[in-house]
Formats: sequence, structure tokens, C-alpha cells
Amino acid sequence: MSNSTVTLKIDGVEITVPEGTMILKAATDNGIRIPTLCALEGLSNSGGCRLCLVEIAGSPKLFAACITPVSSGMVVTTNSERLKEYRKMTVQLLLSERTHVCSVCVANDHCELQSLANELGVDHVMFERKWTDYKIDSTHDFLVIDRNRCILCTRCIRVCDEIEGAHTLDLKMRGKDTQVIMDLDNNWGVSCSCTSCRKCAKVCPVGAIYVEEEPLARTKHKEIAEFLLARRRR
Amino acid sequence: MEGTRLKLGDLQKIAEHEVDFERAFKHRINVCCSSGCVPFGAFDVLKAFQEAVKEFGVEKECKVARTGCVGTCAVGPAVVIEPGDYLYQNVTPDKVRQIVRDHIVLGLPVKDMLYQNEAFFKKQHRLVLRNAGKIDPTRIQDYIAAGGYAAIVKCLATMTPQGVIYEVLGSGLRGRGGAGFPTGQKWSLVARSHSSPKYIVANLDEGDPGVFANRTLAEADPHAILEGMLIAAYAVGAEKGYIYIRAEYPLAIETLQKAIAQARAMSLLGENVLETSFKFDVELRFGAGAFVAGEETAILASVEGRRAMPRPRPPYPANSGLWGKPTLIQNVETLANIPLIVLNGGAWFSKIGTGKCTGTKCFSLTGKVNNPGIIEVPMGITLHEVVFDVGGGVADNRKFKAVLVGGPSGGCLPETLLELPIDYDSLTRVGAIMGSGGIVVIDDKSCMVDTAKFFTDFCIDESCGKCTPCRAGLAKIKEIFEGITRGEGNLEDLATLEKASIYIRDASLCGLGQTAPNPVITTLRYFKDEYVRHIVDKVCPADRCFKNVKEVNKQ
Repeated sequence: MSNSTVTLKIDGVEITVPEGTMILKAATDNGIRIPTLCALEGLSNSGGCRLCLVEIAGSPKLFAACITPVSSGMVVTTNSERLKEYRKMTVQLLLSERTHVCSVCVANDHCELQSLANELGVDHVMFERKWTDYKIDSTHDFLVIDRNRCILCTRCIRVCDEIEGAHTLDLKMRGKDTQVIMDLDNNWGVSCSCTSCRKCAKVCPVGAIYVEEEPLARTKHKEIAEFLLARRRR
Repeated sequence: MEGTRLKLGDLQKIAEHEVDFERAFKHRINVCCSSGCVPFGAFDVLKAFQEAVKEFGVEKECKVARTGCVGTCAVGPAVVIEPGDYLYQNVTPDKVRQIVRDHIVLGLPVKDMLYQNEAFFKKQHRLVLRNAGKIDPTRIQDYIAAGGYAAIVKCLATMTPQGVIYEVLGSGLRGRGGAGFPTGQKWSLVARSHSSPKYIVANLDEGDPGVFANRTLAEADPHAILEGMLIAAYAVGAEKGYIYIRAEYPLAIETLQKAIAQARAMSLLGENVLETSFKFDVELRFGAGAFVAGEETAILASVEGRRAMPRPRPPYPANSGLWGKPTLIQNVETLANIPLIVLNGGAWFSKIGTGKCTGTKCFSLTGKVNNPGIIEVPMGITLHEVVFDVGGGVADNRKFKAVLVGGPSGGCLPETLLELPIDYDSLTRVGAIMGSGGIVVIDDKSCMVDTAKFFTDFCIDESCGKCTPCRAGLAKIKEIFEGITRGEGNLEDLATLEKASIYIRDASLCGLGQTAPNPVITTLRYFKDEYVRHIVDKVCPADRCFKNVKEVNKQ
């Protein structure tokens, strides 16, 4: 990355950032909030959840802010009526796609999907909800995956591959039947590549992967990250 | 001749030798052995002809050849006897003796076996399919005799890479994969990229139901694709090319493998092409039945051996494609145009078609039409001409209802739009796409709600599952459709349908999701009354929808 900077406008605010910065980071660093689900700092960008879509003046298309680099003179709108409408639609689709019942979910109150729904004012779902019936895999000593709650953001897959280097997790099937799998679709308990590092549970934005009998607040607590970082530094 | 390393000047000799060899024959019997005719016994017909010419003692004056598709796929196996281009339809081995006796020996074509529909060919303009049905795709000499590989010789001997790109730019050729990006511009982008090595990917992943134009091309004229790739490689500076082909096309794969082996043996591929310093080699990559793998970035993932999932652009493949290197991705139909542009010049090509959309386009004409098959027509021809002149009108004397242009993610256009010229921009304006070139004619026995539901189903199955709108949104659209066709719909559903469709179009990551709602959007626009009748009167005008439910319930 070169040292030159780029100046652009996001929601009317003039911002100067290093060349090659993604719109999302440019906005977040300058206090402009763009909702996201699949993006997570430190991981590669997927651009799959489509919540961070923004408008760029001069193009009829929408762009995912997490994967669109800034360019000089760009005029970005992050919060038009159309975008608000589309974000609501995305959250509604995620909520109605599989079985999401907050009151009985481990992630209740620590769920990014739930807080997004609150933030965006999604108080009802315009689609018929689909109640999926996928088997829960609790064969691992302490990690559990409930695919009925999975929103396929692939954060767990990316953290397992890129940070832990284990690549235990991947996808099978396609479309609405896509599933996160362990190794070659084995039970988690017999996975020979899983290092039980818990990173997948830590990055899961919903309650799909969690540590058994541990409050999510603890799983997601920063001290674990600091512990890992400290170990890496050594 | 095969196996000898050729030099630049040698091709002319091969061509002349072949032409002399051909001249020794009075007749040439071309048996179509394309995937459309093979299941109906084309190879048996070929064998029967070989035996029959011997039986009648005319094997010295008749050349029996295996060729690619002539286009009339509904009346296969098709046999063309030259001179005179007599096209025999539905030939079976037991008819062969009569054809040889009457036509060859007595000189009296068997009239009642001939294909009567002259109009099918009249408005066609065959550039890409110039050799289809005329040459033996398994013999490189046939292609060379037809002027093949002359363009790469011209490039290597007399043109600079920039000069080639200049001609392609001047031709106005646009990508035939569906999006219509100017080919010359794409080439300049890759050529300007400094990183190396560079790659070329030829897209032959034709996943649309009912579309088989690319397969026809590969089976009929594989060397045209290879030559196009060679020229592209010379122009952009690539050394390695991949042809990404569906594993479901075994005959096309076999044909291409043979063609690559022959081209290598004659030093048209590999190190030092035609004894020059230019090197280029081609490998096949097989895709296993994923529609989305035809998407530009998904194809890259698949060639690299990963899951065929699209990724966002930028970075564009021209800068960062295969293994992060500059990569030129072109549909095989685009590539097959290239040799002609090099030989005849960009200016010549730009006069065909319309000003903004030059050249021709291959279409798979299917559905309820009298002459289904593979057609190639100049850009700017009207839908009416395609359906009623080339296609011969709606089959069984039914009434025309709609035409679906652009495959499963195309648009359903009504009768009022039949005068629309076929080009990228006109189609996009009315909600359809050029796509991979599928034209399905729909008659009044079909229900538009059912049609839209069918194609939504296809896109649901083929969605990769990466982005929310396409994965979850299409599934919800299907649920609404199921409600309507069960008789449980209400008028609010139409607003939800429209809202969700437009959202999916705008918010999806790749071309599949962005175009998947097209059938829904266009049927809602042009055939809304049918939806309303389903919901309000619980009546399907074509009597398809509610009946299906009853039949399912009975079972």
C-alpha cells in the first residue's frame, strides 16, 4: 500500500484516508456507522451479507462498503431511504430464513442480528418464517453448532482458516441448503483438524456456534483475545 | 502430415493439399454427429452411409464425413449432401440405402426426406458457426482447408499485439457471455497489466436449461475456439489458457481434447508456436454442474480448484484473476469471432449488425416453435423475425403468448414487444437480457405465473448461498408463488413480490442474483392480469396451476 491519501465524501463529511482503504473502514474510523454482519476486522472480506451496501454518486449500482476501496472524489451515501429499506429487508430475510427465536437462544442480548433488528427498527417480518429442523452437533467436548441459527456469514470459516490455520470449517451444499461443516462433513467430535481454539464461537455473530454451559458474554469477552494476542507476541 | 512441426508458411500448403484432395470427390455426405443428433443414432447413420457408398460402388466419388451441427436439432439426425446443400432430416440407417441410390447414383434427391423449411436459413448469418456442419471437427486439416489458423499466421507474421487489439476495438465486438462488455477494452486492460504470467480463460460453462449454442460450437468447430484463444494470447501477452467446460458435455470435451492434441502436434500450441518465439498452451478444466460457475469470478475460483463462489469486483480479473494474475475471461463464442476480425479487419465486422452491437449472435431457439435449433442471426434482427421467420412461428398452430429471452434469468416479453431489435441495450431496457442466448417461445397453453415460478426454482437451486438476497430472498419469492398457485394468494402478495424482486436485483453480489428475478419482474410488468386472475378468481387462464395441486393431492 502506498503512502498517498485519498479524499472523499461520506454522507456529506469530507474524509481523508490512505489509498486502498475500504469505504467501511473509512466510515467507521470517522464515526460514521454502517451496519455489517459478515465483516470483521482482521479477517478477509466476504461481501456476502449485503448489509453494508452504500450508494456511490454516478453509479446506479449498490456497493458493499466492506469490499469497495475508496477513490478520490467519491461521494458516498450510507443512509438513503432505499438503503434503509434494503437493510431492513436483509435482516427480515435472515430472521425468516431459519429458526430464530430470541427468547430461547443462547445469544439473546449478545446477538448482532438481534441488535441490528433493533437498531434498524425491524419490528415484524413480512415473509413467512421458515422453521428449519437441522440436527444440533454437540459431539465436541465443549463446542456446539446449531445450524438452525446460522446466518452463513462465514466468519467462523474465515477465522478458522486465516487466523487459526486449521481450516476445519467449510461449506457444503449451495443456495438455501448451504451448511457449515467440519472436515469432510464429520461430526465435530471426531474432527481431526479442529484445535478446539474456540475462535469460531467467539466470532459467531449469532448463537449458532457457542461453548457449552458458558455464558456468551464470557465467550466473547475481550480477555480471551488479549490472552491469544499476548501468546502470539511471544 | 500430423506430427510434423509447422512453420508459418506451411499452413497454406496443407490448405491447398486438402482442397485438391476434396476436389477429387463429386459428392460430400456430411452427417451431423452433434449431441443433438447422436442420441437418435447419428453414428449408426454415418456407418450406414460408409457401407452404402461401398455397396453401390461410389466410394471413390463420395466423401462421407462426420461433421458438427447444422442447426436443425429437432429433425436429427441431419445429413447434408453437397453440392447443392441438400438437407435430409430424420435420417435413420434404413433410409440410407435409398438416399445413396437415388441421390448419388441416379442423381434424384429424395424429395420427401428433405428439410423443407428454407426460411430457417434465410435470415441467418453464420460467422461463428461458419464451419458448423461443413467440416469434420476431428480433423485439423479440414479446419485449415477452410481458412483456419490463417489469422494467427497473419498475427505472428505481420501484426503487433497492439495492432490486433486495435482491430478488435475497431470491430465493436462485445462479450457474448451475456453482459456485453466491449472485448477490445477488456483486452487492452489485460495487455496494460504489468504483472506476469497472464492467463486466458475460455468460458464454456453453459449452464442455462435449454441453451446449447456453445456446446454446438465446441462440437462443430473446436479449432475456431483454439485459434481465438491463440490470437487473444498473442494480443495480451498470455502464455497459458484454460477452457472451462461443463463435465456434462462429454462429446464436446472429447472433440476439444482431440483438437488440442492435434494443434500441439502441429506446433500450433506449446512452445514456439509455428517456430516463432510466441508460446501458448491450453488445458481443459471441467465444471461439475453449477450454473453459477459460469460467472466470471466463480469460474476463477473453480479453475483454481476452489468452491465456485463469486467474489466482489473490483479487483477485476483483468488485474487480479487466476492466482492473483491478470486474466482474460471470454466466452467461447466471442473467441470464435476473433479469427474473422483479424482476417477481414475490424471495420468489416463493425458493418454487420447495428452500430452499437456489431456482429452476430448465436441463439438456442426452443420452446413451442416450429423450427427449434441453433441459429445465428445478425444483431438488431427483431424478435418477430426470429420467432416467426427463422423459427417458423408457434408450433401446433397455437397462439403466441410470450418469449423468454436470456435463459432462466431472462425476461418474458409479450407480443407487443415483438418488433424489438435484439441487441444488448434494447433487451436490458425492457427487462430481459442477452444472457447466454436462450430464446424460449411460450404459447397460450402455458401459464406465466407457472413459468416465472419454474425459473425462480431453477435459480434457487443454482444460487451459491453466499449473499443473503439471492439465497434467502429467492426462497421467499418461491414461497409466495406456491401460495398463489395453491389458491392461497392475496393481492398484497404482488406488492411483496415486486418489492422483494427489485431488492434482489439491486442488492445481490453477482450476476446470477442480479438477474434471477427478471422473469418475475417482467411477468409482473407484462402479464399482471394473469397473477390477478390467479389470486382473485382462483383461475389459471392456461389451466395449469391449480390442477397440478389437485393431482399432487390425489397422489
